[in-house]
Amino acid sequence: MIDQDFIDELLAKHSYLGFISHEDCLTLSCNRDHWVDFATYLSLEETFDLLVDLTAIDHGEDAEIRFSVVCHYYSRVHHDYIRAHVECASNENPEIPSLSSIYPSADWHERETFDMFGIRFSNHPNMKRILMWDEYPYFPLRKDFPLAGIDTPLPAPDVVEVTKASVEPAPMMGGPFVSSGSGPMSDSEPRAKDESWTEKSEKPG
Amino acid sequence: MIANEVAYNGKVEGDVIVTKADAVINWIRKHSVWPMPMGLACCAIELMASAASRYDISRFGMEVMRFSPRQSDCMIVAGTVTYKMAEVVRRIYDQMGDPKWVVAMGACASTGGMYRSYAVMQGVDNIVPVDVYVSGCPPRPEALLDAMMKLQDKIGKESSVKNLTKTAPAVSS
Repeated sequence: MIDQDFIDELLAKHSYLGFISHEDCLTLSCNRDHWVDFATYLSLEETFDLLVDLTAIDHGEDAEIRFSVVCHYYSRVHHDYIRAHVECASNENPEIPSLSSIYPSADWHERETFDMFGIRFSNHPNMKRILMWDEYPYFPLRKDFPLAGIDTPLPAPDVVEVTKASVEPAPMMGGPFVSSGSGPMSDSEPRAKDESWTEKSEKPG
Repeated sequence: MIANEVAYNGKVEGDVIVTKADAVINWIRKHSVWPMPMGLACCAIELMASAASRYDISRFGMEVMRFSPRQSDCMIVAGTVTYKMAEVVRRIYDQMGDPKWVVAMGACASTGGMYRSYAVMQGVDNIVPVDVYVSGCPPRPEALLDAMMKLQDKIGKESSVKNLTKTAPAVSS
């Protein structure tokens, strides 16, 4: 486990790190310019040689700093995680240096983060979408994107010509579908939150 | 000879059987359905189970699973059809030779199922004509067998030359 000495030493060595208090694991904020340096340090000089997760947070359209990237490193010596946050400078064109040259597992994680949040990773070997198709115009996990989706043409024009199909917002039918989380299983199965409306009949009043 | 015999009797009628072309052609077709597994998610596991010894789809004459659309005439769409995959499903459907049928296996292929989201097509019938829908998440192998028998009934009732008169354009493949 990571002890207080380790944390003190880490913070003393790297002035660009900030400590964030969290219950579960050591959480640090990192300066943008030292994001790659810190990862290199953790990988080569410390024993945190596994990058287990890399994702992002959208703090909302009105937030001063809208996007931050979050990483989880794991050490097989300490048997513990370090979580690191870094804030993206621009809200319109968020960009962060890629960690894929240090941790190969960052490659696909960063592509997924780009796909879902639109955060670009500079120096990434293959910075393109990984789940949605290349021409897809939106970033689905941003706060301003509706769960049901937005009308968009399908990527294959010849299929569209024959089938007249397109990407349509999914019917929510009183959703989102969530579990009440309590009571017997038959009652707590996920169901529409508000069953007074559907796409075909508006909510009364 | 029994006087009220209704079946074919070679001694009486010789070597000739009189019947309708539809009846013969459809009878042949429905007992040699060659399905193609379009396995896109967990339903494909149940599809495999229905082909294995416990459920044994070959009892009903449709065990010849072919993984090439050129060699099969029934596409079993087993799983979640995402918008990204929809194009592929349609192209594979177009590559199948006529006559051809489609079974939408499970809630996702039929309606989008629990995925009311931006990424999932709300039913594969948006891009290919579906003959039989199977409910369930995933359906049990018995449900798939029942659907395949429903499909056999349907094949038995249709006009055997309908694929010759069809004019719907196909997607270039």
